[in-house]
Order: sequence, then C-alpha cells, then structure tokens
Amino acid sequence: MSEDYILETRGLTKHYGGVHALQDANFKLRKGEHIAIMGDNGAGKSTFVRQITGVETRTSGEVIFDGKPVNFAGPLDAREAGIETVFQTLALADDLDVPDNLFLGREKTRFNFLGPFRLLDYKAMREQTMAGLERTGVKIPNIRNSIRNMSGGQRQCVAIARTATFASKLTIMDEPTAALGVQETAQVENIIRTLKDSGEPLILVSHNMRQVFDLVDRVVVFRRGRICADLDIKTGDVTGEDVVAYITGAKTQEGFEDAA
Amino acid sequence: MANQTQHGIGGLTYDKSKRAWPNEANVFIALVLIILAFEALGQILPYMDGQSMLFDFNLNRDDTILNMARIKIIILQVSIIGIIALGVTQVIVSGGIDLSSGPLVGAAAMIVMSFGQTALVNGNPNPSAAFAGDWAFDLPVILPILVGLAFGAFIGSINGSLIAYTRIPPFIATLGMFLICRGIAQWWTKGQPISFPTPQYAALGSGMMPVVWFALLAVVLFLVMKYTVYGKHTYAIGSNEDAARMSGINVKRHKVLVYMIASMLAAFAAIVLSSKNLTAQAGMGQFYELYAIAMAVIGGVSLTGGRGSIVGTVLGAMVFGVIQSGFTFIKLDAFYQLMAMGAIIIGAVVLDQYRQQRGTR
Repeated sequence: MSEDYILETRGLTKHYGGVHALQDANFKLRKGEHIAIMGDNGAGKSTFVRQITGVETRTSGEVIFDGKPVNFAGPLDAREAGIETVFQTLALADDLDVPDNLFLGREKTRFNFLGPFRLLDYKAMREQTMAGLERTGVKIPNIRNSIRNMSGGQRQCVAIARTATFASKLTIMDEPTAALGVQETAQVENIIRTLKDSGEPLILVSHNMRQVFDLVDRVVVFRRGRICADLDIKTGDVTGEDVVAYITGAKTQEGFEDAA
Repeated sequence: MANQTQHGIGGLTYDKSKRAWPNEANVFIALVLIILAFEALGQILPYMDGQSMLFDFNLNRDDTILNMARIKIIILQVSIIGIIALGVTQVIVSGGIDLSSGPLVGAAAMIVMSFGQTALVNGNPNPSAAFAGDWAFDLPVILPILVGLAFGAFIGSINGSLIAYTRIPPFIATLGMFLICRGIAQWWTKGQPISFPTPQYAALGSGMMPVVWFALLAVVLFLVMKYTVYGKHTYAIGSNEDAARMSGINVKRHKVLVYMIASMLAAFAAIVLSSKNLTAQAGMGQFYELYAIAMAVIGGVSLTGGRGSIVGTVLGAMVFGVIQSGFTFIKLDAFYQLMAMGAIIIGAVVLDQYRQQRGTR
C-alpha cells in the first residue's frame, strides 16, 4: 500500500446473524482527501462507519489505518489512534459544558497518582477548547454553560470541534446536518471547509446531494451492503443524476458488477 | 452567505454575563423564604404570642441576634442524615437511586457498636455485650471505624455490581438491599440493642461532633464532585450514559464506585449516630434513606441524573431541618408534620420537572 493513503479497508464484511449488512468492502482514502459515502437507508453506510471506528467488531476483512493494520476494541481505541467520529446520535452529555464534553473520557488532569480522584486541569482544557473552537470558527456564547440549552447547530459544532481540538488524523461525520436548519447547516459546512483547508481527511456520510457536490472530492456509493461505485466528482463528468442512478441500482460502475 | 463571514473566526467564548443562573441560588432563596414564613407565623398565630423561630427579638440579651440554641438544634438534627445525603447526591447525579441507606445505618450501627464496647460499666461487666470473649472489649477506636467502612464498602459494592453488571434497575437492587440490611441488623444480636461504648467511641458523635463530620465530609465531597475526574464522570454518566460509554469511560466500574462511596458514607453516619446515642438498635435509621433523598431533591438534585451539587444538597438539608424545626416551632402535630414533609418532597420533584421542561423547551 502506498504511503499517501490514510485509511484502507480490504474485504471488510459484517454479518448480523444472517443479514449481510456489509459485504467485501474495499475502500481507500488519501491523505487530505474528503470523501462522501452515499446510499439508501440500510445500504451499509453506518455499518461501514461502525466497523472502522471500533463501535462494532467486524466479521472479516482488514482495516489499515495510517499504514498499519488496526483492530480497535472500542471507539476509544479508534479515537486514540486518531479517528474522530461525529455520530448520528450526538454523543454529548447535556448537563456538562463545552470543555467537559470535548474532553470527556480523556480529561487533562494533574496529580494522576490519585487514581479516579485525580484533579481536573480546567484551565488547560478551557484553553485548548478555545483554540479548537477558533480553528473551526465555532461561535458559542459561553463555553462554561451546559450544552442543554444550545441550539442543534451549536451542539453539532461542539461535537465537530472535538476533531479540531485533538488534531485527529481522520474525521468521520455520520449525517452531521440531518437535523439542522439552513443557517446551522451552513455553519457546519464551513467547518468542513476549514478541515479541508488544513488538510485533514474526512469521511462524510450524507443524503444531501448539494452538500456532497459542494464539499467533497470523491463519492463512494453503497448499495445493499456493497460498494457499487467510486466516483471522482471534481472532474465534472459526474452529475447528481448519475449518483442517484448508482444509489437506486439503475447503474453499476465498471469493476463493481458483483454488487448488482 | 451571512455565515461565510464567520468562516475561520472564533468568537470570544467566555462571557460572564451569559452565565446561567445557578440552581443553588434558588434553593438559598427558598431557604430564606421558608425561614421568613415561619417567622411570620410566629407573629401571626395567636397562641404563639409573637415568638420568633430564629431571630431573637428579646432586646435585653445583647450577646446574640440569632437564636443560637435553635440553630444548633437544626444543624445537629440534619447533620447525620446529611452525611448520608452527600452519598445519595452522587448516586442520584449518576442517574441511580439508593434506598438501602436507612437500613444500612441500622445494620452498620449494630456491627460497629459491637466492636466499640467497653468491658466494665460502673465496675460491672457490660450487660449488653455483643460477643462473649474478653477480646471484644475496649478495642482501639480505629477498629470499629474500619469495620464500619468495610461493611459499607461491601454492601455498596454489591449494590453497584448488581446495578452495573446485571443491569437491574437501581430501585429494585437497593430495595432488596433495604430488606437484607434490616435483616442483618436484627440478626446480628438477635434483636438485642448494644450499648456502653468506649469513651473514644462515644467521643466520635458527642456534642457538635456530627456537625463537624458533616461539614468536613461536605467539603471533601464538594471538591471531589467538582474538581476530580470521578466527579466529572459521575455527572457524565447521569447526563448521557451512552455518550459516557462512547467516550471510553468505564461506566460499570464507575457505578460500583459510586454506590460503594454512598454506602461507606451511610456506614459512617451510623458510626456517628450510634456514638451520639451511646447505643445501637436494629431499628435505627428508619426513613433516613427517604429523608436523605428528600434533602438532595429539595437541594435541586435532579432525579433523572446529571444535575445537582453538593452545595445544593447542603442547602437542601438546611431547608429540611428548618421545615422540621419550624413545624415543631408552630406546634404542628407530628402526624401533620409527616404529611407536610411528604407534600414538600413531591413539590420539589414537580418543581424539578417543570425546570427541566422549561430548560429543554
């Protein structure tokens, strides 16, 4: 495998009992590249994401991240390796404030010999949070307030800001704007552009064709648990109708015939 | 696009004026209002003859403005249950509930006191000796304390393990432990009370010592909940358990720890209580679990988890004490006191629900 791939999967497969949710997925992501994963409901998009991020254990296949085969035991493993995921259901604790949420499970601490009673380094966490928010351009009235009363967009931004705060190697977003209004969506898309500018690779799961064509370099289409197309959309040859055709099964790209 | 201008620009994100109004302030205001209400009742009710609950209006005495005697009684009354309430607070914040603390007080008091007895009472052998042998008398005071804390840790770890690993509701697990502990308390000496502690043991809860312990433990728990990883994870689990798990927090182990600490605090309350009363009885600590929960809830700890603080619980304990003392002050019958207390607890939870609905809109 060449050095410029950050993530590669070989024959990635996941069965839930008799259901073949994901079948033999071969996927490559270059460094700095933004890729969209599209497909109908139940096509295997979220299953694919869950295998990469260690939320579930794959049935078979290989995941190669940053040049090394990896076997994540859980989402924290993946996170420590540098894969930051914004899940469809926001993994945020409503009653905590912004820095607490960003650093949940990996708090900055002092006096570590105290075990579970080691002290939180609020100042360091606050400073890093500010830096992270600044990098992503997220505006939040007061980071010390609990996120319960924040708008959907602000909450989504907090989830995304984790990426920037921890200088991850790969960001995965599972339908980040599905529940957001127009303005909030624009805010999230701005963050994604910021990531692109700073050369951070991204996997975006989305149903929004306009968003995908606006933001990413390449579209990978899933259908019935298989990858059925890998389209370079920067060339301008591929249109939205083409992508829809691949999603619905009206067309299958050369080389992916077994998916049909 | 309007938002385009924000691209890459971070807002200054620490604005003091946009801080949320602390919930504890509401509890404090409630405390003041309740005190004023009882003061007013003292002036209005004809048979009270213009008495005052807390403020000493007898101008001939210039040593004190407040009625120190009553304040002392109020604080002393709430401090032992208050110690339990500190532990219950972190349990409720973690999204659970602990109903076993009252009976645990009974069981722990029996067990602890049996290791804290003195051999001779006025020159005669101790008439309520728990053990037959000579070894069990006049033990150094550290021993009963350690036995008590170990017993609390044991019961708490069972509570926590049941809840974390078998995933039964905390209500059921601790309700079962409620009965088990009551049983242990009676079984330990077949129902006989244990009395006559060593002087060192008796010193643990004499005079205002319960208040000292309560204050000390409240400060420790406050620091733990606010400034340590333990506290942060407790709030996180109560707020969104899935998020906590996804963030890599060991939720199961943490829950066991939470219930262990709660039960250790209840066991310590039992030590202080039995020392204060100079005796241990199997029926000790009746309703304490409910009063402790009430203190926490009155203090703004949300039963759905994730919200509340030690400061709130301490204030809630004060409100609880003032109400109890105030009822006596206005000469309300004991039956009505219980009814009114129940109504106040329900009211506190209704208020919490209302706050939450308003919070999420």
